[in-house]
Amino acid sequence: MEHNVLNSNKHEPTKVAPPRPTTSVLGWLKANLFSSWMNTILTIVFGTIVFVLVKNSIDWIFFKSDWYVIVANFKLLIVGQYPNEELWRVWICLILISVLMGLSSGIWKGTMGHLTSFMMGIYIIIICLPFIIFETRVWLLINIAVIVAAFLIGTKQSKFKIATLIGWGLMLPIVIVLLSGFGVFNHVGTNLWGGFLLTLLIAVVAIIFSFPLGVLLAIGRRSKLPIIRYISIGYIELIRGVPLITILFVAQLMLPLFLGDSIEIDNVVRAMVGFTLFTAAYLAENIRGGLQSIPRGQFEAAEALGLNATFKMTFIILPQALRAVIPAMVGLFIGIFKDTSLVAIVGLTDLLGIGKNIISNPAFLGTQMEVFLFVALVFLIFCNMMSYASRRLENSLGVGKR
Amino acid sequence: MLENFNAEIPLEEREDIVICNNINKWFGNLHVLKDVSLSVKQGEVVVILGPSGSGKSTFIRTVNGLEEFQKGDITVDGIPLSNDVSDIEAIRKETGMVFQSFNLFPHMTILKNITLAPIWVRKWPKAKAEKNALELLERVGIPEQAHKYPGQLSGGQQQRVAIARALAMQPKIMLFDEPTSALDPEMIKEVLDVIKTLAGSGITMLVVTHEMNFAREVADRIVLFDFGEIIEMGTPSELFDNPKHERTKLFLSQIL
Repeated sequence: MEHNVLNSNKHEPTKVAPPRPTTSVLGWLKANLFSSWMNTILTIVFGTIVFVLVKNSIDWIFFKSDWYVIVANFKLLIVGQYPNEELWRVWICLILISVLMGLSSGIWKGTMGHLTSFMMGIYIIIICLPFIIFETRVWLLINIAVIVAAFLIGTKQSKFKIATLIGWGLMLPIVIVLLSGFGVFNHVGTNLWGGFLLTLLIAVVAIIFSFPLGVLLAIGRRSKLPIIRYISIGYIELIRGVPLITILFVAQLMLPLFLGDSIEIDNVVRAMVGFTLFTAAYLAENIRGGLQSIPRGQFEAAEALGLNATFKMTFIILPQALRAVIPAMVGLFIGIFKDTSLVAIVGLTDLLGIGKNIISNPAFLGTQMEVFLFVALVFLIFCNMMSYASRRLENSLGVGKR
Repeated sequence: MLENFNAEIPLEEREDIVICNNINKWFGNLHVLKDVSLSVKQGEVVVILGPSGSGKSTFIRTVNGLEEFQKGDITVDGIPLSNDVSDIEAIRKETGMVFQSFNLFPHMTILKNITLAPIWVRKWPKAKAEKNALELLERVGIPEQAHKYPGQLSGGQQQRVAIARALAMQPKIMLFDEPTSALDPEMIKEVLDVIKTLAGSGITMLVVTHEMNFAREVADRIVLFDFGEIIEMGTPSELFDNPKHERTKLFLSQIL
């Protein structure tokens, strides 16, 4: 093309390398920490504060605290009161997930690979913990072996792509069936589900089911049809105007009053429904923000091509809108994941609920610091994995460099 | 490209493909189109000129239903434009539109941009749609860009892709809404050249533009808009060399 001649290489002036910054440790310290009297004072003051904090924390974590409470209740914290003789079902679930994670990381590499390696790291750390019973170590080793095997299969055979995606889609129902039994195995009531297992289940269900609901509500709120629009607005504003804990109380205590004795709904299911309805309203507003960020020209171009409303939304508008709000959506999901700890208030024994029960046990008096720290650590690990996945997803989809 | 009309027939004797009768449109209290009547023959190239804000873009957008109008009636390719979604979609299948700001889909490759509508609206098999798309890219002069994303292309290239995308539906009518107004000067020519070859191919075209030389060169008929009305229309030589209306003279004196 003729206009490219102007900036072709022939006319480029001689290149000059940018100046190299000179770096030495002492030079860096002087430039950044002790460049003036003011900075020197600030450095000393904050250095002292940080030193004291770190020293005391290390002192407490390694010498003063009594981690026996975690050791003794490790199983309770992770799976609640799920019966010991049925625990193999939980392990099977984990192995199935390991298969899928291994396959996915083999096929797609990248983010999935990082997350899977991170999970393996956690497994290895748990195996190395001194108090872990032999059986758990064996199961975890099996998991690691399964991940590695599936990874190798995934790298060689990319034809498993669709099978893997279907597998992820079926994962939740399979896990639920395995955990509760449903006539195939001995029934394990949800009153025995607990600990981190319950936290994870409620969060995953809320996230998965709120997503389609949120998309529909967001589109509904922009609909030209007044009935659909007002129903969407009414729903979103009602839910957003009520604290989550209220919704949980309504689901746990009021619903039986409304429905009478004829219909029995499981406590855990009620909590899941409550979380789903709550998340959907907030998600709808996030997605609506994304929809509004799409220029009118995109709608017009799609319409001018003769695409009907469904095609226009699925191919043109939603992919761009959802991509634009990934950070906000993941933020919401992380929030919901942490908010699951509220179910402890309505009597379910999630990770925090179990923690509180353990503290009130006379045998473990005065161990709340240890228990709460452990709970916080588990949440921290998983929330960070979620936000890491979100950052990688943003990069790979090119958000913000349109 | 068009099988259903014979280019041998002189323009006057061909049938009307776009018929607009007394179109009236208001934005709130603002009367933006006043009794606009215009009929376009098959294969005719009509260029619409006029000062900005004169309603010419609004008019061209009413033809494929992107803008609603309150009074009057429009018939495109025998289909009356009504509020019925299926009518509007049927008309849009037969009309391609090129926008001032390209409006390519930024999350899809050039090839996907072009094949999307043929695959999902025309229900063509993917292979056929892709073959057609590559031919069209060849025609607009950028076959090597098929697998890039719109953001990687220059403005002129993007607008040529937009033209190819509109043509991929094999429309009978092409609407151009100021196709070069958003382009850098050195890219205007490459887009105008594509539109010129298209005008020679016998497709019906309505073009809103500010490019006077281009208008004179390609138009069968020029329509001048001002204050939401058609002030004057005629062949390029009638309008440029012997303008009858005072406002036409004023407009031309400001522009030429």
